[in-house]
Amino acid sequence: MKERKVEHFMRSEGLNVGDAVRITEKDGTVYEGIVMPPYELSPGETLTIKLDNGYNIGILIDAIEKVEVLEKAVEKPKMEFKEVLPKREGLPNVTILGTGGTIASRIDYKTGAVHPAFTAEELAKAVPEIFEMANVTPKLIMNILSEDMKPAYWKRIAHEVAKALNSGEDGVVIAHGTDTMGYTASALSFILRNLTKPVVLVGAQRSSDRPSSDSAMNLTCAVKMATSDVAEVMVVMHGETSDTYCLAHRGTKVRKMHTSRRDAFRSINDIPIAKIWKDRIELLRDDYRRRSEGEVEVDDRMEERVAILKVYPGVSGEILDFLVDRGYKGVVIEGTGLGHVPQDFIPHVQRAVEEGVTVCVTSQCLYGRVNLNVYSNGRKLLKAGAIPCEDMLPETAYVKLMWVLGHTDDLGEVRKMMLTNYAGEITPYTRFDTFLR
Amino acid sequence: MTEKFDYEKLGLKVGLEIHRQLDTKKLFSPVPSELTEGVDFTFERRLRPTMSEMGEIDPAALEEFKKGRKYIYEGNYELTDLVYMDEEPPRGPDREALEVSLQIAYLLNAKPVDEVHFMRKIVIDGSNVSGFQRTAIIAMNGKVDTPWGSVGIPTICLEEDACRIVERKEKEVIYRIDRLGIPLVEISTTPDIHHPEQAKVVAKYIGDALRATRKVKRGLGTIRQDLNVSIRGGARIEIKGVQELDMIPLIIEREVERQVNLLKIRDELRERGVKPEDIKEEFHDVTEVFQNTESKIIARAIRKGGKVLAVKLPGFRGLIGREIQPGRRLGTEMADRTKKYVKGIFHIDELPNYGITEKEVNVIIEKLGLGKKDAFVLVAAEEETAKKALAEVVKRAKEAIEGVPEETRRALPDGNTQYMRPLPGKARMYPETDIPTIFLPEEYKERIKANLPELPQGRVERFVKEYRIDRSLAETLVNDERDELFEELVKKGAKPSLAASILVVVLKGLKKDVPIENITEEHIGEAFDLYLEGKIAKEAFEEIFKELAKNPGKTAKQVAEEKGLTLLSEEEVERIIDEVVKANIEVIKARGMGAMGMIMGRAMAKLRGRADGKLVSSLVRKKIQELS
Repeated sequence: MKERKVEHFMRSEGLNVGDAVRITEKDGTVYEGIVMPPYELSPGETLTIKLDNGYNIGILIDAIEKVEVLEKAVEKPKMEFKEVLPKREGLPNVTILGTGGTIASRIDYKTGAVHPAFTAEELAKAVPEIFEMANVTPKLIMNILSEDMKPAYWKRIAHEVAKALNSGEDGVVIAHGTDTMGYTASALSFILRNLTKPVVLVGAQRSSDRPSSDSAMNLTCAVKMATSDVAEVMVVMHGETSDTYCLAHRGTKVRKMHTSRRDAFRSINDIPIAKIWKDRIELLRDDYRRRSEGEVEVDDRMEERVAILKVYPGVSGEILDFLVDRGYKGVVIEGTGLGHVPQDFIPHVQRAVEEGVTVCVTSQCLYGRVNLNVYSNGRKLLKAGAIPCEDMLPETAYVKLMWVLGHTDDLGEVRKMMLTNYAGEITPYTRFDTFLR
Repeated sequence: MTEKFDYEKLGLKVGLEIHRQLDTKKLFSPVPSELTEGVDFTFERRLRPTMSEMGEIDPAALEEFKKGRKYIYEGNYELTDLVYMDEEPPRGPDREALEVSLQIAYLLNAKPVDEVHFMRKIVIDGSNVSGFQRTAIIAMNGKVDTPWGSVGIPTICLEEDACRIVERKEKEVIYRIDRLGIPLVEISTTPDIHHPEQAKVVAKYIGDALRATRKVKRGLGTIRQDLNVSIRGGARIEIKGVQELDMIPLIIEREVERQVNLLKIRDELRERGVKPEDIKEEFHDVTEVFQNTESKIIARAIRKGGKVLAVKLPGFRGLIGREIQPGRRLGTEMADRTKKYVKGIFHIDELPNYGITEKEVNVIIEKLGLGKKDAFVLVAAEEETAKKALAEVVKRAKEAIEGVPEETRRALPDGNTQYMRPLPGKARMYPETDIPTIFLPEEYKERIKANLPELPQGRVERFVKEYRIDRSLAETLVNDERDELFEELVKKGAKPSLAASILVVVLKGLKKDVPIENITEEHIGEAFDLYLEGKIAKEAFEEIFKELAKNPGKTAKQVAEEKGLTLLSEEEVERIIDEVVKANIEVIKARGMGAMGMIMGRAMAKLRGRADGKLVSSLVRKKIQELS
């Protein structure tokens, strides 16, 4: 990045972050404070200082007459925290895998810097509750933003989960950014085979530096769930806006349904597995996989040339053609209503299938089941070779199709596998109480 | 003029901190800044203390959290949004609020900063849903000139108001969210105020600048004035909740008096050789002394299974009962500290009294082995509570030996102050990264500076010139903050002299009879509408306002109709005059126009307040002329 005025100014004046300075402006105004790091995305025309009263202000560099350094910044002793804490007899063992973002943080009130806190010692201070219910071992395995998640990382996470579970941990919690947490949950649901222990994804909708963050409560409930009897991949997040309980959602049936609310994660076309308070779990259903003995297997063969395509009034079949021409092996269509596409789109589907590309159909309604037998366009779409994906979420169908195509390219076999329920992604019938709740 | 104190000699230092709500949308979301009694939903949250750089968490705060303190928030669908439920990142800031705060900055001779950086100030009492208040410095280095010298205004901040507290229970606090996010301008001065009257002048000047923008909220709770008062050898005392400007000098004088007297008590304690370590948290159970007591309070406490505990305060005899502010003693200060545990305490200097006999006092003196200069304090309550209360008494007694304890105090209506809480520690602040920094370009600032609103003094001059109203009327309008309403009424078509006299003379005249603060600007506007539409006579204003003050739920129209104050139509007026004329036809025939005065009087007796006097007189004249 091109050096901005502020960096140039700091360099030429020999200023470092943390220096105590007296700044005199051309009009005679004097400010005293501590030099702060320049804001990343600002135009860089100002120097930020922290005044003695704790406030930051920006001073226009062009207005500065002179800068006197009153005191050079002192090198801060680097804080060292213990990575692992001694285990307590009789408590279950839970590994927390970090993938990025912060589930706990430390705030430097002097500079305003927020540091992630992920060592066992820091977590024990920030969220002591979890250490009362389990021997918690945090492990940072990657540091990426949720939106930068990709299939290769799903595989890495899956291997780390299996490693932990197969070496005697009683459950694994995965701290994950919320944007794509649903996709990762879905991917792990297919990749982890013969799952015998709980795998819980957890995140926060409000950053952990604020006293009102949902992070600690979500984490507490996630650890609680990781010690439960439910041997499935789940997402544990706030159940409502209040800090009262969390919900555990099945990994293939969960979706982020709000940009910012704490209770953004919802089970779609299904009811959650459990309601969790920090001291108890209420199971909401009985059809979950039980905790058992046995090695967890990782089956991570995936075909990544798969796309999601939403249809809409005016959509052109060219887009599908483009994917086919580019060598995509599978496309998940988000159809309208029961799973429809415009009539003039159907020949393009037919062409794709003829060229050996799997076309799956889900609904952009999200809620409900696709059915291509009701209207003639649906029947034509079926005839063209599209696979109606029952009540699967488009994102789940996408992840599943990648996984299925990683195993076979025989269209008949693909169809069979897509319609086989592997991880709760298809419910046999649609319950009344699963809509908008 | 003789003054109670030589403030210069005492080294009086006063600083002001003034908070005022802006009448704009909320600071970080375009929600109307209005309060409501309508609660549509509630939700509950907990606030977890954050960890500092060094990995430290305030142990007391963590302990509180672990105890499970909950905050319940009451929301309204129209006046609450996700931003202020801490369920959505902040928007804004509100451009109008920013602009108004910059106007205020210029009016107070301050210099805006080049770039505004909003900060998060950690507040975990639940009053901010997020656990922090967003606040930014808008301008610095202002000043106010006074006859006593110039007073600096180091900072002008723009920040969010907090939730309103509805109820505080043991394990939960209930807040109403509506007030959260209303923009507040915070103006603080340097402690360069050295005279109580000077403080009022400065507060008035700042208040005038705020009002000049016509964008500040008015009415109860929209302005909060805090005073920081100290004298040499005393301590900085933060006094919260000063509502009225006129009370400021008295409150300062009373605080000086309190500090002077506390210092005298300190000197006397030192003379008596009392040391902090002499005062021990040794609580004696003296319940049995009161087995047959006549003191109802103590008897009731014992009946409920409580104990009477006493503590010895060596060397304090005569000092606990010494007055430090009119009607308040060192004992009162001790009692204030125990408020969260017990209703009150008893100390030796006020006994025998309250049903406690001299005999009982003597038994305690003997039991505690008190010397002539030693004192005791009693508390009757459940044992643990009583101990906690007496521990507070011991703490306050130790502080008396040191002098004046630093604390935050609450202003009382009579000018005295009362203990509220310890002084707040240094604010923990870090940048609000969800809001980009706001660069204030030179042209933008110049434009605001070039279009500054009129200050109140200028407004008085303009009113005199433009509306040709009496100077004293104009001054009262401006000082009473009726100036904006006045101009609105004139704009509606009311004659300036009438509008001014109704707002000043008529309304103020009602003050001694009815609660005129209940009369809203809406009420006044309605009444003028009725008048301007010819539905009421100007004589009817007084009656309507009187009724509205008593029943503010009504509208002016309702009152006018109920009280029969609406004007009669010309036909109806003519009919009534015809009746009067008919009844007095002989007199008219005999005296002609000479009967005018009498007929007029009889007609007005029936029509006063219901018909315009001019109309009545012209009709009466016509009728008489027709007949004679």
